[in-house]
This record gives sequence, C-alpha cells and structure tokens, in this order.
Amino acid sequence: MNESVANQKISEVAQNVAKLMRLVIVGHVDHGKSTLVGRLMSDTGSLPEGKLDFVRDICERQGKVFEFAFLLDALEEEQEQGITIDSSQIFFNTKKRHYVIIDAPGHKEFLKNMVTGAANAESALLLIDAYEGVQEQSRRHGYILKLLGLTQVAVVINKMDLIDYDAEKYYRIKAEYEKFLESLGVEAKQFIPVSAKLGVNIAQRSDEMPWYTGPTVLEMLDQFENMPPPDHLPFRLPLQDVYKFDANRVLAGRVESGRVKKGDKLVFSPSNKTGIVKNIEAWSVPNPPSEASAGESTGISLTEQIFVERGEIASLASEQGPIVSSTFDANLFWMGKRHLEKGRTFTLKLTTQEVPCEIIEFKKVIDASTLETVPDRDYIVKNDVGELTIKTRTPVVFDLFGSIPETGRFVLVDEFDVCGGGIITTYTPVAKEDKLKEEARYRDSNWIASNITPEERAYRNGHRPALILITGNAGVGKSRLACLLEEKIFKSNFQSYLLDGHNVRLGVGADIDNEEYFSSGEAVRRYGEVVKLFLDAGNVVISTSNVFNRQDHSDVRLLLEPNPIVEILVSDETTPTGKPDVVLSLEEAQKETEAVDKIIAELKAKKILTGHNYSI
Amino acid sequence: MNDGLYDSIIFNPAARQTTVLFGRWIFWIYISMEHLADLENQSVFILREAYKKFKNLAMLWSIGKDSTVMVWLARKAFLGHVPLPLVHIDTSYKIPAMIEYRDRVAKEWGLNLVVGQNKKALDEGMNHEKGRIVCCEALKTQGLQSAMEEHNYTGLILGIRRDEEGTRAKERYFSPRDKNFEWNFKDQPPELWDQFKTTFAEGTHIRIHPLLHWTELNIWEYILHEKIPIIDLYFSNKEGKRYRSLGCAPCTAPIESQASTVEEIVEELKNIDTAERSGRAQDQEDTYAMQKLRARGYM
Repeated sequence: MNESVANQKISEVAQNVAKLMRLVIVGHVDHGKSTLVGRLMSDTGSLPEGKLDFVRDICERQGKVFEFAFLLDALEEEQEQGITIDSSQIFFNTKKRHYVIIDAPGHKEFLKNMVTGAANAESALLLIDAYEGVQEQSRRHGYILKLLGLTQVAVVINKMDLIDYDAEKYYRIKAEYEKFLESLGVEAKQFIPVSAKLGVNIAQRSDEMPWYTGPTVLEMLDQFENMPPPDHLPFRLPLQDVYKFDANRVLAGRVESGRVKKGDKLVFSPSNKTGIVKNIEAWSVPNPPSEASAGESTGISLTEQIFVERGEIASLASEQGPIVSSTFDANLFWMGKRHLEKGRTFTLKLTTQEVPCEIIEFKKVIDASTLETVPDRDYIVKNDVGELTIKTRTPVVFDLFGSIPETGRFVLVDEFDVCGGGIITTYTPVAKEDKLKEEARYRDSNWIASNITPEERAYRNGHRPALILITGNAGVGKSRLACLLEEKIFKSNFQSYLLDGHNVRLGVGADIDNEEYFSSGEAVRRYGEVVKLFLDAGNVVISTSNVFNRQDHSDVRLLLEPNPIVEILVSDETTPTGKPDVVLSLEEAQKETEAVDKIIAELKAKKILTGHNYSI
Repeated sequence: MNDGLYDSIIFNPAARQTTVLFGRWIFWIYISMEHLADLENQSVFILREAYKKFKNLAMLWSIGKDSTVMVWLARKAFLGHVPLPLVHIDTSYKIPAMIEYRDRVAKEWGLNLVVGQNKKALDEGMNHEKGRIVCCEALKTQGLQSAMEEHNYTGLILGIRRDEEGTRAKERYFSPRDKNFEWNFKDQPPELWDQFKTTFAEGTHIRIHPLLHWTELNIWEYILHEKIPIIDLYFSNKEGKRYRSLGCAPCTAPIESQASTVEEIVEELKNIDTAERSGRAQDQEDTYAMQKLRARGYM
C-alpha cells in the first residue's frame, strides 16, 4: 500500500515538472508585494548569479537600504519612485514545479496593469499589511479577481513583525476580509500570516507564530492546481481569418472550448451556415491531426466551400450552440480616463468579433474600494465596477461566462484604448425583437424537414409561398378585398388561404384571456407561427390586419423570414407609413375587381405567382 | 494479481495523462512536451491576430535562435507560408557566418528578405569605439527606423522574450510606439483575455512580440522538438566556446561551453546561473543601458 502511495507521489511530481503555474500577487500599494516576490526568488534559489550583489551595489551607490523589492524594479524610474510600475514576469522553481509570478502593482493609477497581470494568471496571492489592515485596493483587487474568474486565491497577511506576531490582530483582519470575500461569493483557500522582509512563513516556518499551523506560502503555492483546458465543454471556434495561400481554403482560429474532429458538422453563428470538416490542417507535424481540442490554434478545411469571415463562431451541430443577441447583462470594471456612460458609442471586442455598442442601463454602480452601491448614478468612473445592460449595433455571438468563460467575456474600447473588461452574466432577451429572432433561429435550425423540397412544392403549385397582408384603417373594405383575392387566386388553380388573426385567437389562443393575449405579444407570435406553417406547406396566405399595429407587422416579418410578405395598403394618405408594396386609394379599393387584378399583377411581377410548371 | 501486462489503461486527454492500473499500483504517464504546445498555440494565435489586423507588417529576423524560431512559428501559423517580409538590419559588423546562414535559409524557406542598413552612419565611420550605446542607436535603431520608413511598414513583429532582461519583462504582446519611435513604458495598454490594442492614433506604429512568454530554455527545447536548423555559432567549437546570444562581432563574446548539440545546450541551460545576455557588451555600458536604448526604439 505504501508503495502505491509513493508511486502516486512520484507521478504527481512528474506531472507538474513540465507545467508552469502562472501566479499573480496583488494588494494595496506598499503592502509588500515586490518584497514578497524578491523573497520568494531568493529563498528558492532562483536569482541569477550576481543579481543580489548587483542590486545591493546599486542601493549602496544611491544611499538606500537594500530591499528585496529592488530585485524586481529593473527600471530606473521605478527605483526613484519606489513603486513597481508594471507587471513584469519572473520565474522561480520549487521542488514541485516551475512558477511565473506576475508582480502586479497596487498603486491605484495602475489598475490596468494589475488587470493585465491577473487576467493571465491561474492563481493569486492577495497581500494585506498587518499594520495597516484592509485597505481600498485590498477590496478592489478582491472584486476584480472575482470578475476575472480567478478562484484559486490565498490571502497573505504581511508585515506580522510590525505587530509583534500578534495572533489577535491577525484574526481580526482575517475575519474582516473573510466577510468581505463572502459578500462576493469568493472563498479564500487559505490565510497565511507572514513577514516577507524577514522570510517568516515564506519558505520556512519560524518560532514566532506557534499558533499558526497552516502551510507556508511555498507549501500553499504547491497545492494550487493547473487549470485543464476546457475541452469537456461544447465546441467553440471563433474564426480569426480565412487563408487562401494555395488551392486549399483554411478557416483559422483557436479552439476556445470543446473538441472537433474530421467529419463533424459545424454550424457558424451568426450566419447559420453549415459545413462538414474535411481536414484539420497543420504544417510540419509528424502525423496529420484528426482532431483539435481546447487551447489549440488550428486550421479547418470544409468538404464544401462556404463564405464565412472573421468573427463567426463555429459550434457543432450535435451540441448546444452559442447565444446570438444584441442585448445582454454584464459585470464590468472600468479603467478609462473618461466615464463609462450612456449615449456614447464604444467598441465591443468579444472573441474575434468587433461591434459598436452602447450602455442602455446601469443596474448597479459599485465603488470598488468599499464595494458599496452608489445610488442614482448612471455612469461608471475610472477604477469602479458595475452591473449593466449592453446593446450592440449588430447581434453578437456569445455564451454566458458561467457556462463557457472563454466566449462569455469581452473588453470595451473607448476611441483607441481598451478601457473596460466584463463578463456576461445573464441573457434575458429584453428586446422582444431578440426573443423572436431567437425563437425563429431555434425553430429553423431544429426543424424536421420533409422529403419534399420547397422548390418541388412551388413547381407543383405554380407559386412560391407568401403572406399578403392587407392594411389600412378600419372600415375601408379590407376584409371584402381579402375574401375576393383569395377566391380569385384559388380559381386560378393556386393554393390560397384566408387566415384571419381572429380565427387563430379562437382556437390556438383559447388558453389565454383576451387582455393578456394581446398585451403579452402572444397574439402576434402565435399568428406568425401559424402563418409559418401554412407557408411551409406552400400556400399563399391572405390576411387583414385589424388587430395588429405597425410594430406587430415587423415582428411577424421576423418570424417569417425569409418568406416574402406583400403589403397592400388601402389609404388616401400621400405619405404612407412603412413600405407598402401596393397602395390603393379608397376609391380604387371600392372597384373591387380591378383592385384584385392590380394585386395579382403585382404578385406576378414579384414572381410569387409564376404559373404552373415554372421551375424556380 | 492479473496475469496480463496491465489491468487497464485510461487515457485522459483533458488532463493530458494516461493512467495505467497494474494490480494495486498506479502509474501515470504524462506527455512532457505539452508546455511547448501551449507556447506554440499562443504564439500562433498572436501571429494570426497581427497578420489579420495590420497592413504593411514586417517581421524582424536577427538570424539568432529566437527570431528563427519565430519564422518557424509563422510557417506553423500560415501552414507552411510566410506571407510577410523579413527585415534584417545589417550593421556591417555582424559575424560573417550569420550573413551566409541568412541567405541560405531565406532561399530554402522561400522568404521575402529585406535588408536594411544605415549607410550614412557607416559612411561617416560609425563603430562601437564611439560608444556602444551610440553605435547601437545609429546602426540598429536608426537602421531599423529608415528601413521602416522606406518600405512604409506600420508594424513590426519581433522575437523578444520577457526573461531576457528587465525592460523586456515589462513589454506587451502588442506594444505601441509613437511617431518618434518612443516607448512609453509607464502608460501601456492593458492586455486581458487575448484582446490586444489594435487601433491607434495617426502616426503610431505597433510592435508585436509573439515570443514574449517563452524562456531561453523553452526556445532550445522547441528547436530540439521541431528540429529547426539553427546557426552553428550557438554550438561549442574546437576551443570549447559557443555564443549564447548573437550580435555584432566587436560587442558579442562567446561563453565557455562544451555543448555542441541542441540536446547538450538544453542540458546546459537547466543548470546555468548566469544571464543569457552576459556576453552582450552594450547591456553592461551602464546600469540602465537597455532601458535607455529600448525607450528610444531599440529592439
């Protein structure tokens, strides 16, 4: 049994040797981040030969007391200011594995650097000065780690030497910060009392704090786990580019989640185009790959060439597809000099998509230094965070951050600069428009097709399916005209059907009371879906629109796309609203036979009534 | 105990591990080159972003191991093609073998090679005796600047790495330079979730660093894994010396080493504790030599 345990241990080490753990160290300015990093390097023997002496020498020349922090401050300017400007990357090793630490600075001005460091890390140490206690940046950085999705966090209470290793003071800070993290829904893996300056509880324990029995910082680090690539999630491949260097057309991109193999059927969003994977393309590999999984920058060729561009996201037809919408809710942090506010246009960058967007609602604006909600504010200032609703000019493709993080996060660009980062928390199609598009999209992509194609039906019927909508004020004779039109078309041996919205309400809408039926949008939706069935059966559907307004008309259009809708307006107005295909004056509408002929002529001109045995 | 060779083998591609059960023994076999695949995937992603987002882009090829690996990665990214011009800044003081190697590889790989040189400074007799920093600035920085102006390049891909020296550790993957070529290291764009700065005010140009996250050891492990042909100067010669970093002949010194193959270099680097650029004289000119050079446009 012992042997087996021993073998497991050895194998764990073997696993981690090759892997690099990306670690970020965050916290308030002057709480000792650079000192901790310097100490970690020195105590693990990771400093290049002579580096310690080199820095000691500079300190002596500049008349300063040596500090471990100076090991990091390679830039002249930084040493003058005594703060670390940017997240530099430093490598060190424990017996278990390699680490790269990103020394994220704590000065408020440099939040964007902290974000850069932390966004690229898998685990974090958050430092709090035992003497100063929880400060502004302690909270802000905590919140941002949460927003970035970093869950492997240990809190290091530093400078214990300054409070005489007082257990009571330590527990007070721990309780305060624990409570704060709890309000965020974050659980710290561990709290560790240390003195980075003196090397207490970093690599070695010492006698000063017998009351602390937990791991040292290095022991804690070795307990963090490398994040496996998310290849168990549904497949997502945002297109970066399409290459045509030779006869082969290759779709290039990085698999963000899931896996794909030869022969898989792909669906591209938002275009809804589909294709079959012919090959996974690669150059100079011993064996041509037959599949690609999360994290791989790959290339895909399809059995048939289709026109798709950068920005589309490929998913598998057999798996849950992404969401396509132009509105969604997000949690966001803001680093811009100008405020994030309504009425301005920003560029949203999500995977390889780039679209103009604006903020349509601020649900909650939070002061990140206290985590208190700022009441009645509809803008976000630099370094603060908020919950908001974003509307994009054209629909974007995404997943919720909670289901696939890689396709559920975005940045906002103000003019030329990346100024904000956010995660998509919820998608409730607020706009009715989005809801209907989503419905139509889902319905069309899951529709069980019959053996008879729409073209075959059109050939047999002598016409394409279409909806003819007769509009105009009440009492202008729309219903009579509709009845006559149906009859005339039917007698020409075509499949016409008069569908009144009232008839749909009687049966299909019988489960909802009258008021709700019309106010909830169900009247339009159910009518649209019934028309859709008739159109799928190949009919020319004729309706009047006494119960629908102009907005309802465009909703019906959304549900019926790409079928043609022909609008016949009966009106004397010289400038009619909307875009009717035929306008009949009241006088013309009263001459019914001529009016019907005029409509039929229009349907022929539009190649809807084509005549029998006409191949389209 | 089972009479077979093993009880079961479970391959778990997500964790990149194979579990072998043998009686009450458990063995896990790991694919050790996995970290190189991660590095390669990230670099290929960056090269593809750069190629898509910028017109008039060029790649700086110093003939050294890093930028040669970068050219190789471009061939990975673009499936055997290198659809970008490769710029080499020839100071005229380069070690002669470098020029021979450059022309041979460019021909073999079908590269579009563009050679830049600050002829004016050379005519006026510029050399390292006038001061190493002055010389580097004239022949490299200004040589590069005029090559970029001549060919109208608005972006440059360079093979620098964070672990080379302190100022490079502070770099971004997509790093803007103003019209005077200057680097404002105090106000750099944030980079998160692989969203890079790709829009700029007029006159700015961009430097792209696809190898930023690689280490010197990674580079050699990758050369070994991919069998990339690297210039002989890196391998130990008859006198027991090899170059660890390549530059101009007067300012670059070889190190004592018996490593004469890629395998031996990989082994040597695992146990070395001197800095990679310790043989590069300009770095040691003064405490902040590289910061000064790089803020003004040096690679």
